[in-house]
Amino acid sequence: MTPPQDSPQVGRWAIWLPLALFVGFAALAAFMLRHPADNTVDSKLVGQPVPQFDLPPALPGRPGLDSRVLGNGKVHLVNIFASWCVPCGVEAPQLQALARAGVPIEGISVRDTTEALNQFLDRNGDPYQRIGADDDGKVQLALGSSGVPETFVVDGEGIIRYQHIGEIRPEQLDMILAKVREAQQ
Amino acid sequence: MNRLLTCLAAASLLAAPALAQQEESTAPYAYRQLDDPAAEAKAQGLMETLRCLQCQGQSIADSDAPIAGSMRSLVRERIAAGESPEAIRGWLIRRYGDYVSYAPRVTSLTWPLFAVPAALMLLAFLLLRKRFRRGTADMAGDDA
Repeated sequence: MTPPQDSPQVGRWAIWLPLALFVGFAALAAFMLRHPADNTVDSKLVGQPVPQFDLPPALPGRPGLDSRVLGNGKVHLVNIFASWCVPCGVEAPQLQALARAGVPIEGISVRDTTEALNQFLDRNGDPYQRIGADDDGKVQLALGSSGVPETFVVDGEGIIRYQHIGEIRPEQLDMILAKVREAQQ
Repeated sequence: MNRLLTCLAAASLLAAPALAQQEESTAPYAYRQLDDPAAEAKAQGLMETLRCLQCQGQSIADSDAPIAGSMRSLVRERIAAGESPEAIRGWLIRRYGDYVSYAPRVTSLTWPLFAVPAALMLLAFLLLRKRFRRGTADMAGDDA
């Protein structure tokens, strides 16, 4: 019995196959290394009702944040922030502009202290109607938020319509206002 | 001497805002185990299979990120309240998607991951059986 013989033509080409596979793999690896994966974790609650919560006031003499306020017929921005978060200071002027434009902004301050929060607001201004203290981060988790700052657009029915991850940059102001108008309809 | 003082002054200026911006982890069970060892073991098992959202290569059991502390506390408090680990995992997946869990689920997207190895094993078994059969048949032929 003789072993089956490949035609010499096929054999000559087949010898390059492993090299071709390796080059293809190396090219793919090089490409993927230059385009790192997007690791933002977005909330799956967009399009769903905002979870129920009732946060105590973060500052004495100011109201806390009860989720029943959201869904009172007006579109709200819910801004998750903290005094220890540097980008939160960066987005402060944009939040001020949104507040001036008449959008009610509700704050959730995560893992913060009254003293540090007061310093932060003195430094950056205070665009908030209410600030709830989420000291153990539970409401942040309930909202599907994975960091600070994040801003949720909640419509008049209490449905989350949009989640903005990271600070709101000046060039994104119009986009946020458009999302608010969209939620008003 | 003068330069040293300037350096010290600069260092203290740099240190001050760092202190002011310390993030506090105030969740009660972030670094405290449950009193009931069986419940703690259950919580630990779940925490080892949940992804930290900030330091994404780590489980929340391994991570010192404050948000991981919040997640640990959430897991422990819910276990202590009698909730099952899989219900807690489901609660987190409804908010963050499958990404938050290290325990893969069989879905319409992931079923090939489970099916392909099984199919390859089956194929290998069939091929090898055929080959072994032929081998024994040949030997039987040689003996005769």
